[in-house]
Amino acid sequence: MPTASVRPPLPDGVVVIVKDECATCHAVVPVLEQLAASSALTVFTQDDPSFPETLSPLHDADLSVSWHHDVETVPTVIRVEHGAEVARTIGWHRAEWEHVTGVEGLGPELAPMRPGCGSMSVDPDLATELAVRFGSSVLASRRIDVADAEDDIEMMFTRGWTDGLPVVPPTETRVMQMLTGTSRAPSDVVATVPPDLVDVTVEKVAIAAVMAGCRPEYLPWVLTAVEAACTDEFNIHGLLATTMPVGPVIVCSGPGTRAIGMNSGGNALGQGNRANSTIGRALQLVIRNVGGGRPGEVDRSTHGSPGKIGFCFAENDAESPYGTLATEHGVEPGVDALTLFAGEGTRCVVDQLSREPESLARSVAAALQSMHHPKLIMVFDAILVMGPEHARVFADAGWGREEIIAGISAHLNRPGSELVRGADGMAEGVPEAFADAPSLPKFRPGGLMLTFAGNGTGLFSEMIGGWANGDVGSTPVTRAVSY
Amino acid sequence: MNGTRTILDPTGERTVAERQRVARPASLDGLTVGLLDISKPRGDVFLNRLEERLVGIGADVRRYRKPTFTKPAPVDLRHRISVECQVVIEALAD
Repeated sequence: MPTASVRPPLPDGVVVIVKDECATCHAVVPVLEQLAASSALTVFTQDDPSFPETLSPLHDADLSVSWHHDVETVPTVIRVEHGAEVARTIGWHRAEWEHVTGVEGLGPELAPMRPGCGSMSVDPDLATELAVRFGSSVLASRRIDVADAEDDIEMMFTRGWTDGLPVVPPTETRVMQMLTGTSRAPSDVVATVPPDLVDVTVEKVAIAAVMAGCRPEYLPWVLTAVEAACTDEFNIHGLLATTMPVGPVIVCSGPGTRAIGMNSGGNALGQGNRANSTIGRALQLVIRNVGGGRPGEVDRSTHGSPGKIGFCFAENDAESPYGTLATEHGVEPGVDALTLFAGEGTRCVVDQLSREPESLARSVAAALQSMHHPKLIMVFDAILVMGPEHARVFADAGWGREEIIAGISAHLNRPGSELVRGADGMAEGVPEAFADAPSLPKFRPGGLMLTFAGNGTGLFSEMIGGWANGDVGSTPVTRAVSY
Repeated sequence: MNGTRTILDPTGERTVAERQRVARPASLDGLTVGLLDISKPRGDVFLNRLEERLVGIGADVRRYRKPTFTKPAPVDLRHRISVECQVVIEALAD
């Protein structure tokens, strides 16, 4: 792990750090000329190496002097005796300058005080890079040098670290910037990641988030998703290993979704939004690179699905007529939260003619009945992503969340004789023991979940079919986002 | 930008423990053979037949079952099998 670079010593006398871009620094040039005539003066300049021309400045080109001596404002005036700082002032303040330098009558033509400007060493665009360059690293990951002849992106493909799309090289600077998105320490263990059962730290999650293309403000969502995925209830191990085409579907809600710019409107389940596209991808990169879950190895999916690259969207909770999935699962309204659901891709429910809730409920139920297989029941959950135009049909009739689910579910019951193996000429179906059941529901209680997203044009909803549910397979996990 | 040529390892950086396989027994006669059903449909059909064959050649057979095929076998179950059997056969799928 890199250690801190050596702090450059300051020469005895008066040391002043300036930059050409600062008007106050220009204003004090006559004062500096006064000081040069009466005492040992050293001027460091941060930007233009020739400023101020009359004072033979030293160029703090890599900002090493400024960074190591905690310069936050220019001009900064430091009095140094026997190699040690004994006094300091910032900006222009005549009395302070006279006190620090020990010289009276400075800058008689200037106003008594004038604030300085920001030091380049604390420029937000440079601060992280400088901390990495000069500070002692807080990161524990192994450093990998990329050979001169290697391309960073190609090198990461070669090592098997990508999902098939290019990833952003996780440099220390980028990872440090990513870590500004959370208050958690880089060394904190977030979860134990299957299939290799490796403890993953905040730092390793941040590396995956960089690679996926996340911004720092997405990191708390990624961390929460990793925690939720690696629970026994959610069972990411089984989800990865199954032959079914399923992966973690992340449904986000709360004001934080808007703060980080997530899309809950048009094309919410598609491309074009950075947060939607990268949060789920970061989770999958953690599973791949830290947990060791890769297609053809522990991942045995027969077909896979596009969602296995990453599947994340926000609910439009600000306009939802029936709250959010997170509130359905017990999270207080207005709290940032996410639900992980073991799901496949999306399928559209088209009904452009129903204007009565009863008719629309029947349409949605008919589509849901076919999920995975019309004769398979109770073993798979589903999420229904209702668009605003479908939701309005229910809302206008006064149906809330419970009424909608009950209304749809009322048309999802079929007698065992229709579902039993062999019925309708299909070998697939429920076991013979259920043949005489008068009515069997498609979903277990709570197995049909309602969300709200999409734009205001289109009488459509989307259904996302699940995987083996409950103790056998996966239970949806809802967590408040921890920052 | 400084540092673009050095990246951080995104993997778990784990050290893999390598273990040698136990030598195959010359005969199953007198050995205890564990049959692990992973709870996939029809796995029992396969294991029932295996049990018949194994008992026929003198093996002592014990049956075990995972709670669900979607999760690794619980630690306690793995431990039981390891102390009660010399050989284990796992029925993997339907």
